[in-house]
Amino acid sequence: MDIIVCVKHVPETAEVEITVDRSERGIETEDLVFDINEWDDYALEEAVLLKEKLGGSVTAVTVGSEDADSTLRKCLARGADKAIRVTDEAFRSSDGHAIAKILHRAIKDLPFDLVLTGALAGDNGYAQVGVALAEMLGIPHAAMVKKLEPIEDLVRVNRELEGGLEEVLEVKLPALFTIQTGINEPRYVSIMGIRKARKKEITVLNLKALQMEADEVGESGSWVKVERMFIPPVEKEAEFFEGTPDEVASRIVEILRSRGLV
Amino acid sequence: MTDLFVLAEHRQGEIRDITFEMLTKGRELAEKTNTDLTAVLLGHKTKDYAEKLADYTEKVLVVKDTKLENFNSVAYQRVLAHLISKHKPLLVMIGHTGFGVDLAPSLATHLNLPLATDCIDVDFEGKKLAVVRQVYGGKVNVKASLRDSDSYIVTIRPATFEAKEIKPIGGEIAEVESPLAEDIENKRFVEYVQPPAGEVDITSADVIVGVGRGIKDEENMQMVEELASALGGVLGCSRPIVDKEWLPKDRQVGTSGKTVKPKLYIAVGVSGAFQHVTGMKNSDLIIAVNKDPKAPIFRVADYGVVDDLFKVLPALKGKIEEEKKA
Repeated sequence: MDIIVCVKHVPETAEVEITVDRSERGIETEDLVFDINEWDDYALEEAVLLKEKLGGSVTAVTVGSEDADSTLRKCLARGADKAIRVTDEAFRSSDGHAIAKILHRAIKDLPFDLVLTGALAGDNGYAQVGVALAEMLGIPHAAMVKKLEPIEDLVRVNRELEGGLEEVLEVKLPALFTIQTGINEPRYVSIMGIRKARKKEITVLNLKALQMEADEVGESGSWVKVERMFIPPVEKEAEFFEGTPDEVASRIVEILRSRGLV
Repeated sequence: MTDLFVLAEHRQGEIRDITFEMLTKGRELAEKTNTDLTAVLLGHKTKDYAEKLADYTEKVLVVKDTKLENFNSVAYQRVLAHLISKHKPLLVMIGHTGFGVDLAPSLATHLNLPLATDCIDVDFEGKKLAVVRQVYGGKVNVKASLRDSDSYIVTIRPATFEAKEIKPIGGEIAEVESPLAEDIENKRFVEYVQPPAGEVDITSADVIVGVGRGIKDEENMQMVEELASALGGVLGCSRPIVDKEWLPKDRQVGTSGKTVKPKLYIAVGVSGAFQHVTGMKNSDLIIAVNKDPKAPIFRVADYGVVDDLFKVLPALKGKIEEEKKA
């Protein structure tokens, strides 16, 4: 089975404080650590597991700057056979729609049975690119897939809905699935493994190579234009306890006592 | 008059809450833009749904077809593309739900209509649509504008707008013939699967210690386990903990897990992405411990501690045990 995995190189922001930059259309990224988008990590692992089971190939594709090579190297070290980076200054400020158009051009002539993407990216959180890409490719899709089992010319998938409920579907190949976290356990790769993957080549494509015009991408090729970024207003301010851990713990116990919770 | 569409979401015999949340926001937008609020109901056995929706809208468009019995994005897309092309609504509102995310991006691409996903606010400035979305796990908001168009599509984050009861309007119910000719071959609904119930029902617990990504390592789980038991409570968690299988799925609090309302919810190492917060924000008392002073969890917490949880938790456990002995 030939599989294309679309990945994104994003900053890890779950546990750090973020500041909006001076343009107010982006964030300060200087002190942030970038890595493969968490959802894409699971998509990549699922692709490699399928390849190990069924044979075939895995190609990782990203739209991003040269910095994204570290994410592609990780994909190669984890079992991807080929890596493609699509890079052009004209891509700046592309929304989910424009990114889907770029990915479509980059992969439409490649042989594939399956395309996997993360269900969303931890930065912009559109949850749009995968499903839009499927429509452009003219293939069926399923979003937020938690389980995936190929049966001959179709794949049986479980989609995650609300409240723990799942929906089981059968989708004909070729197809695109957006992968939800938790579908597998992404394998660990050593630094050595990533170093070895340095020898593998990364194909770099630009706007011209994709035979696209500048107005199809970037802000002019997008539907959504970021006007302003801001830290969300606080509706209800928490009362903060300050002091040593013991002092803080005592304050909490006082509150709990007053409410009969201890 | 131009329509403003709200796609009614229903599953397993019930209209889902997101529908009424969108109808409430849709009413506000319809008044502002002088459009007819129109619910779009696709299904097979739709009971009294159309009448219920008509209480909120000027119009209900109903398409009945056995192929629409269960949600199928391919079938939904064909029918909606037909209705949108015919009625040219100013706006189509779809839930940013398990159904909506499977449908809206391909529908918008097919129709080449501007789409903004996961919106927490939507407003028209003249005919121009502006939205507010959240990025970086809810740590930053984005005000964005959409490319000029006669019709727009948005997906709306659940539990963002409060559904309000209104004086029933009793709008017109119009049944439209299904445009679905052949069967949908390439995507077939099989069944719904409900996860098995676990040993502990966190929805009935008085005290929950909710653990998140900040716990870092599986061996640190014992620390939160001990705090929970000192408080006579149970452990709940956010999604990453279930993904790593450190706790079973039935402990997950949030959109894709359980909604809880305990007397006390202590969030440790939980950043507070909306998916989690939706499931616990109505707890009586919320205390959060997190290293990031701007973590979204502090926006719903009553009390906060900005510190290393590995220092705070043992101290807290110690003080609780002292208190119990006293």
